[in-house]
Amino acid sequence: MCTGIIENTKVSGSGKGPQGWFSVDQVSVCFDHPDHAQGEHAVIINFLNSGAGPSARIAVELTPESAKSLVRVILASMSRSRAGQNI
Amino acid sequence: MYEGMLAETVTIRGHKGDIINAYFARPLGPGPFPGVVLIHHAPGWDEWYRETTRKFAHHGYLAISPNIYYRFGHGSPDDVAAKVRAAGGVPDDDVIGDVGAGLASLKSLPQTSGRVGVFGTCSGGRHAFLVACRTKAFDAAVDCWGGRVVMSPQELSSKQPVAPIEYTKDLSCPLLGLFGEEDRSPTLEQVAQHEQELQKYEKTFEFHRYPKAGHGFFYYDRPAYRQEQAVDGWNKLFVFFEKYLGTPG
Repeated sequence: MCTGIIENTKVSGSGKGPQGWFSVDQVSVCFDHPDHAQGEHAVIINFLNSGAGPSARIAVELTPESAKSLVRVILASMSRSRAGQNI
Repeated sequence: MYEGMLAETVTIRGHKGDIINAYFARPLGPGPFPGVVLIHHAPGWDEWYRETTRKFAHHGYLAISPNIYYRFGHGSPDDVAAKVRAAGGVPDDDVIGDVGAGLASLKSLPQTSGRVGVFGTCSGGRHAFLVACRTKAFDAAVDCWGGRVVMSPQELSSKQPVAPIEYTKDLSCPLLGLFGEEDRSPTLEQVAQHEQELQKYEKTFEFHRYPKAGHGFFYYDRPAYRQEQAVDGWNKLFVFFEKYLGTPG
């Protein structure tokens, strides 16, 4: 929380962690010091089940360039899908 | 010479009487020993903070590190820390209460010398400065690269409603600040702004800025580690605490 840069959004879906699949209802994205990735800052994305304990979490830490690539490919894949055409 | 310490998790009554846990370490022997309350960093109440608590005990201090993330549940430190981040952090008032509880527990011990410092890194550095301003209870404070001591109006929230720098006039004890010149939170400009505020109110403080170091240069398990700067920083820290807390046991 040194930068305090945090964005949250409600989502609907599932994620798979070490204990198997669980429902995901929140995604938290922050730009802060990573736990594992190299570099002083990273885009840290946590997929959470807000009603479950702290271990109900899928975490990734990406370089800013990687995060932008992720956003691009998500949008690109959706633009090619029938569902995406309705968004 | 025989040397030993006791280190264990304990429970204390934190902010508003909430029971929270804490990691406590002390040298064996009757004392009197000065004390240190450690405020853990944003990555959580983790192994580094346990090690650092024992490090202070090794150097002759009663040391306690309250788990200021206790209210967010239990699990691996990084999982709990993620939950805290998603919630926008911990309220400053809760931290002040929990740290005060850690202080009270140290001062209740028969081995205490009665003089206690507060230490924190990263967000804990910010908290250490904040606690030293908003309470009159500590005899020395160490802020290691605490980000967001200087905050823009947009960064304020219900949990962190006032930028710590606004409390500078109330700083109640000497302050040591250790910063990396390549850090971006806090930036060198923010460190200078804080320094000017401390000078304005004629506070006792010393700030050290380390070249070729960024954020978290004490963390030997992270790429930010800088051996030379870390060793010098620890030396300065122990000299500072000895000056204001007295000779450790």
